[in-house]
Amino acid sequence: MSTEIRSQTTAGADARRRGVAVATRDIHLAFGSNRVLRGVDVDVDAATTACVIGPSGSGKSTFLRVVNRLLEPDAGDVLLDGRSVLTDNPDVLRQRVGMVFQHFNLFPHKTVRANVTLGLTRLKGLSKDEAAERAHHHLERVGLAHKADVRPGNLSGGQQQRVAIARALAMEPEVMLFDEATSALDPELVKGVLATMADLAAEGMTMLVVTHEMGFARSVAQQVLFMDHGRVVESGSPDQVFDAPRTERLQRFLSQVL
Amino acid sequence: MDILTTLKDTFLDLDAMLAALPELLRVGLPNTLILALFSALIGTVLGMALAVCGLSHRRWLRWPARVFTDVFRGLPAAVTILLIGVGLAPVGLKIWGPNPYPLGILALSLIASAYIGEIFRSGIQSVDQGQLEAARALGFSRPSGMRLVVIPQGVRRVLPALVNQFIALIKESSLVYFLGLLASQRDLFRIGQDAAANTGNQSALLLAGLFYLVITVPLTHVVNAIDRRLREGRRADGADGADGGGGADGDRPGGEALPASFALSQEAR
Repeated sequence: MSTEIRSQTTAGADARRRGVAVATRDIHLAFGSNRVLRGVDVDVDAATTACVIGPSGSGKSTFLRVVNRLLEPDAGDVLLDGRSVLTDNPDVLRQRVGMVFQHFNLFPHKTVRANVTLGLTRLKGLSKDEAAERAHHHLERVGLAHKADVRPGNLSGGQQQRVAIARALAMEPEVMLFDEATSALDPELVKGVLATMADLAAEGMTMLVVTHEMGFARSVAQQVLFMDHGRVVESGSPDQVFDAPRTERLQRFLSQVL
Repeated sequence: MDILTTLKDTFLDLDAMLAALPELLRVGLPNTLILALFSALIGTVLGMALAVCGLSHRRWLRWPARVFTDVFRGLPAAVTILLIGVGLAPVGLKIWGPNPYPLGILALSLIASAYIGEIFRSGIQSVDQGQLEAARALGFSRPSGMRLVVIPQGVRRVLPALVNQFIALIKESSLVYFLGLLASQRDLFRIGQDAAANTGNQSALLLAGLFYLVITVPLTHVVNAIDRRLREGRRADGADGADGGGGADGDRPGGEALPASFALSQEAR
């Protein structure tokens, strides 16, 4: 009986893991007189990965927060699966769009399992057992099922970030956003997190990834977007962007980071 | 020698103490505890409401909370107790009859809530903003995220300050004597003081003081214990110790490479 349930939930999760297309149209956002986003257009096809690169302060993280409406744009539109989501209930929208943060932002007062099940029981209406079952499945996928009863403070940074990924995936999102997910990690821990992200991309998740990991962008992304001063200055396939940058600004940026 | 004897007779007259002891135990102690417990309970609930309102983005919630806090923190406790206990006495008489306790508890609660509200507010504000952001990113509304994720963490951090406030409240409860207490309504202080006044001997009052110490000193040790736990270990977060060995290298959630103020507040756990 229990194995049957598990295979069903797993099948359901896998079916839904195929992401939907994300697009933004002419996104503008200002904090006071500081115009952080000045017309951002992005098209990410379903089940592809787009990496956003660019100097700090270029608006990358802000842009990511507009996609799931943690920040509301002053103008422009956000499209999921071809449909505008700006008039949707933002709390419902955010269940469809998972997000992983630079500083993990796990809930330190809850166990690893409770971090994953919180949204499942409170928002998805799963029973305690169903939620625990699904949490186990997603923690197993990131290789941390054996840490379910531990508090996040007892994990390494890399483990914490993988729990954060499991927490987001357990909500079965249609799109995943990664905001410099490896920037706060010790170098030896970066690899494991990037591998988890690459697996997810290979499984067909639609991913929008703000990153400084140029190697990841080159090997995993179908599209690389270079942002500067609140705009997408240049975009294209990884080969185009990294090997044949057209703009002087991108050339200068690449010469500094590569 | 004379002076020492006089002092001993004034403060350490065992007969005077024994004479006052039954009343202190039977009447004074329960009354003081009732006053302190009820005011602590009501003050904590009100204080949480004040903290949440004080942190609200809505001006019509924030402003009343701030004004309330300023007033009841700024007034001497004696003034508040008299204003409410005497001023509202006619109303109280209709509802409760000639019992000064409800109004005394109300006054003490209002004073405590102003302080407790500020304690909660500082605790909640010290929680990294990424926590609410993460909750919202999962699909929680802002109020739900505050309730489920931010406030529980904030409260944990200010438990020592909260217990300190309870200690202050136990001491302040003696001020209800302003409201005029019947014999059966007297608290520890009043009984000690009455006995001292009647006999011209301070021993009963000293004994009353000892009663206060018996309540408050253990509480100060509770504060210290909580404080130590918060300072030293990740167990402060309620970790069950199942895996206490790992991650002693400062790998805390959200703790590293944050703006200094956030990092510090995280460390303060």
